[in-house]
Amino acid sequence: MSGYQKPIPQIDEESKPFWEACKRHELYMQKCRDCGTLRYYPRALCGNCLSSDTEWVKCSGRGEIYTFTVTYQNRGAGFRDELPYVLAYIELEEGVRMMSNVVECEPEKVSIGMPVEVVFEDINDEIALPRFKPLPE
Amino acid sequence: MKNGAIPDNINQLNAEERIEFLFNFLALEVLDMRDVSIIGVGTTPFSKHKERGIADLSLEAGRKAIEDAGIDKSKIEALYLGNYAAEALVGQGSLAAITGRNLGLGQIPCTRTEGACASAGIALRESFLTIAAGIYDVVIAVGAEQMSTCSTGVVTSVLAGAGDTTMDNIYGLTFPGFFGLVLRKHMEEFGTTRDQVSCVSVKNHHNGATNPIAYLKDEITVEGVNESRFIADPLTLYDCCPITDGAVAMVLCPSDMARDLCKKPVKVVGSGHAIGTTSILQMESFTTFPATLKAAEMAYQMAGVKPEDIDVVELHDCFTIAEIVDSEDLGLFEKGEGGPAVESGRTAVDGELPINPSGGLISRGHPVGATGLAQVYELVLQLKGEAANQVKNPELGLAHNLGGSGAVSTVHILSKDF
Ligand SMILES: [Zn+2]
Repeated sequence: MSGYQKPIPQIDEESKPFWEACKRHELYMQKCRDCGTLRYYPRALCGNCLSSDTEWVKCSGRGEIYTFTVTYQNRGAGFRDELPYVLAYIELEEGVRMMSNVVECEPEKVSIGMPVEVVFEDINDEIALPRFKPLPE
Repeated sequence: MKNGAIPDNINQLNAEERIEFLFNFLALEVLDMRDVSIIGVGTTPFSKHKERGIADLSLEAGRKAIEDAGIDKSKIEALYLGNYAAEALVGQGSLAAITGRNLGLGQIPCTRTEGACASAGIALRESFLTIAAGIYDVVIAVGAEQMSTCSTGVVTSVLAGAGDTTMDNIYGLTFPGFFGLVLRKHMEEFGTTRDQVSCVSVKNHHNGATNPIAYLKDEITVEGVNESRFIADPLTLYDCCPITDGAVAMVLCPSDMARDLCKKPVKVVGSGHAIGTTSILQMESFTTFPATLKAAEMAYQMAGVKPEDIDVVELHDCFTIAEIVDSEDLGLFEKGEGGPAVESGRTAVDGELPINPSGGLISRGHPVGATGLAQVYELVLQLKGEAANQVKNPELGLAHNLGGSGAVSTVHILSKDF
């Protein structure tokens, strides 16, 4: 795990509960108590109504691929050793979209609309990164 | 309340009444805006200038623009310089002041504008606005970037910094990757084909081959684009603009003054500048850029023209698919019609609506802080009838500049004023 070379997310006050949940391999999103908007990435204020009244809700971790690309060129540390990798925009069942990677799947088998579910990669003692794998048939 | 009149009881107005007063006051100022024209342009060749410094490039472009304007440089009252990342790429800050100093412009205010790849479009707009508002009479706008002295890895990471860095880079998002996501979605949503997308690259390489300032001079075929190696599947190498160095400058002044100073002034009749999504996570659609929609609406409204009135376009084809999306966002074609339009030759130099006759970012090259003015440079030559790939008798030209992952856009509409 110490060999992880890619950029590591910065945990701050707003995102701490998100990353704590990821560490337990659970996906949580912020929900505005005033207007009900779900949001990702975690922020102090609701982007819709600017309310700070926030609750955390558990997500199913299931969704589908909205769009994706297979990256063949990235000389950044860590990425260059994993080429090609699938970068995807995932629409969760709850309606929130996340950017992530699709793993445990050949790049040529990935398609728009493909059902996926979250899988967590423990990258160090504090952080487990949510990625997605195809949902079993 | 009468426009512009300061009421005697201003101190007794409530907040709402004060806002109404201010609104009317500003509206009056807008009505009083002066017309602004471009009287001189200059550019370096676009290339890999590894042996030169960035200040040397901005100096060359500035000197040529002042010479072209034929104006005494002591008349220049302000300088705006578009540059994205000279600190990170070549270790040089304060480029606006350095350029003003090197040009011998005295102690005039020199301001750097930054909006990622739209930095120079903003420099033009600020020049336009300050003249239109009557603050200055003569302003020089400059755009410059030097990228080739860094490794591709450093350039990729500096460009990725134009996105929101909180989360976008954790999963390995690159600029080509971003447009790979856009291309895949555009294909799925509108049936845009691989060949249609490749036609953008073929057309722009063809145009660039005969543009003396363009960086890439080679022609390419549809098969050549399709079969070049993947950068971010479905995006291939020839879908991408090259890393390039260059600088462009132009001198602007009130249109009344321009007609006395210059045989062929080109008037800026519309200007728009808007922000859109600053992180990929904010995007509701991957086939449109809200920043472009808003900036275009502002520019069309100011100019009092419609998309169908435009005769020649220079738009932001950082990747082939961007040209298709931009041409739709600018209202030049319906959504989904951008691909068929380029494939059928409608956007060629001799087509009904020529797009990127200069070769665009793909062939002229994309020194990110200079591109917005390079587009306007081409349009000025087109409207004067002096372009290398001359479009037949254009009256109105449109320049569209886009920065970041749709974070910033500027749109300018230019007209012959002779
Ligand atoms: Zn809210």
